[in-house]
Amino acid sequence: MTNDEALQLMRSVLAKVAPEADLGEVAAGESLQEALDLDSFDFLTFVIGLAEGTGIEIPDRDFAKLATVEGCVAYLTSAH
Amino acid sequence: MQGNVIPKSGEYRGAVPNMADYEAERASFTWEKARQALDGLPKGGGLNIAHEAVVRHASGPRRDHVAIRCIGRHGERLEVTYGELDERSSRFANVLSALGVQPGERVFALMPRTVDLFVAAMGTLKHRSVLCPLFAAFGPEPICQRMELGGGRALITTPTLYRHKVAGIRDRLPELRHVLLVGESASSGAGPDGTLDLDGLLGEADADYEIGATDPEDMALLHFTSGTTGKPKGAVHVHDAVVSHYATGRIALDLHADDVFWCTADPGWVTGTSYGIISPLVHGVTAIVDEGDFDAQRWYETLEREAVTVWYTAPTALRMLMQAGASMAKEHDLSRLRFIASVGEPLNPEVVVWGQEALGLPIHDNWWQTETGGIMVANYACMDIRPGSMGRPLPGIEATVLVRDENDAVEVGADGVVVEAGVGQEGELALRPGWPSMFRGYLGNPERYRSSFVGGWYLSGDLVRRDEDGYFWFVGRGDDVIKSAGHLIGPFEVESAMMEHPAVAEAAVIGKPDPLLGEVVKAFVTLHAGYEGNEELRLDLIGFARTRLGAAVAPREIAFDQHLPHTSSGKIMRRLLKARELGLPEGDTSTLEVRP
Repeated sequence: MTNDEALQLMRSVLAKVAPEADLGEVAAGESLQEALDLDSFDFLTFVIGLAEGTGIEIPDRDFAKLATVEGCVAYLTSAH
Repeated sequence: MQGNVIPKSGEYRGAVPNMADYEAERASFTWEKARQALDGLPKGGGLNIAHEAVVRHASGPRRDHVAIRCIGRHGERLEVTYGELDERSSRFANVLSALGVQPGERVFALMPRTVDLFVAAMGTLKHRSVLCPLFAAFGPEPICQRMELGGGRALITTPTLYRHKVAGIRDRLPELRHVLLVGESASSGAGPDGTLDLDGLLGEADADYEIGATDPEDMALLHFTSGTTGKPKGAVHVHDAVVSHYATGRIALDLHADDVFWCTADPGWVTGTSYGIISPLVHGVTAIVDEGDFDAQRWYETLEREAVTVWYTAPTALRMLMQAGASMAKEHDLSRLRFIASVGEPLNPEVVVWGQEALGLPIHDNWWQTETGGIMVANYACMDIRPGSMGRPLPGIEATVLVRDENDAVEVGADGVVVEAGVGQEGELALRPGWPSMFRGYLGNPERYRSSFVGGWYLSGDLVRRDEDGYFWFVGRGDDVIKSAGHLIGPFEVESAMMEHPAVAEAAVIGKPDPLLGEVVKAFVTLHAGYEGNEELRLDLIGFARTRLGAAVAPREIAFDQHLPHTSSGKIMRRLLKARELGLPEGDTSTLEVRP
């Protein structure tokens, strides 16, 4: 998966979890939850969406790696 | 259901429980005796929460003991001793004083979980103003409504929260005189118009503050909660509540002087104030505060690294930990943990048992609510647990179950006497008024307060039954209030926000059972002519509601329904919608009228 594909996936998953959220407003290293007002359940749904969109299994222990935009991109592009 | 019992052997990890025998404590306990464990203000000046929580420790041997250890979002740690908290909160009280904020006036805090919040809380109480913490995950509408109802005179918040949630509603809050910004880069330059830099003001303020005479019945805390209809209710609590915060911390949470205590609740909800801030400080223990959000790995690391001994958390969090697997728990050394308690909604028996397997300790469920101000019914360190039961009433608390009539109201005889339910019979959980942390009113709504009491009992709104040994078992809510992730959500508040959307003609909101959250908010909406209920509109409505209400309150599910069921008087029948959602019999629908 390329950087652009990863961002595209994040946008499409987010559009279902928090339709009002604009990923473009979030700095690369900023906490997604904080910047977009996602609660723990939103974030869990978001991670599950990423897992379903890629077919990657994301264990709970890796959730913290997905806390930022850059973290998500790095994780998704390096998987497989 | 009562087949499974987790017996208490009398051998305890770490420390012997403060309460060794439930029956004996119940027989000897009085609130008057409990009050004697506190100091009171010098020279007979009354009782003030901040004095008991901070000043008395700062002027004694616990001055250098760590009061708060705050873990920042990125893992950075910040420790504050009782002496430091005393000094900083005195500065805060002096800032309020210099601004002209009066005792009795409301000071709102819309804050992340940081040290600044503790400073603001204790400073506000020292100044005898009224602390009203708000949940930072609320959207602008719930914030505006609560600040309006509470007549907020001052607000403490961060630059980001101000920008996102307050700036747009400021002109609707004429009583709000002062906005104090703290944290982030608040002090790096001029803030937005009409705001003050709190750090700058604290730096200039005097570090000494003498608490004025405080009547134990003076208003101290304001916590908003939700009902089925109408606006949120502001439950008023007084300084005397600290007697309950102390006694319940001792009995229900088993706090000992050397404990490291972690209450995971956000102070925007009553648990996070009563037990996240006040109770641990009154006991002089070290309180852990995590600014970050739930993450299974992070939580286990926190329990291990901080050597947490007493942990107070919520069913949703425990269920999420359970989902992450027992193996993750077993990778961490949790041997310092001595006591685990949970509150917010009934804890499923499987979770209680899971605690024993994964964490090496059973989980003690307890019950209380915003109006009660402190724990009322609990499972105790010394008492056998019946998984799935909320436990037995605290010493000093008289609880019963009252029979309800066919209209779902507590049955009252011609002589004004209510009927107590027999063993195993379902009814409404009721408490005999008179404990110190009982609410003293709903701000500005005496009628609603009066209607909370019948025949000398406070009615909780929760349906329960009591078994032959006096354990209470939760059955369900007696009204339409939704409980999601342990937070009460009023359907009316959500429906009102939904109806502001141009496509929505009518909305009905219910709690739909959910394995993790207990319930999720689900909205049924009727559309105006010309709108089509498609996926695009569904997402638009969800985004619309989230922007106004915030993630914690907004619906997560939306269904289009052009024929919502109404009673003949025109009220939406939420309960019927819920019964349909659950696939249950729809009950008596004789008053049902389906409008075309």
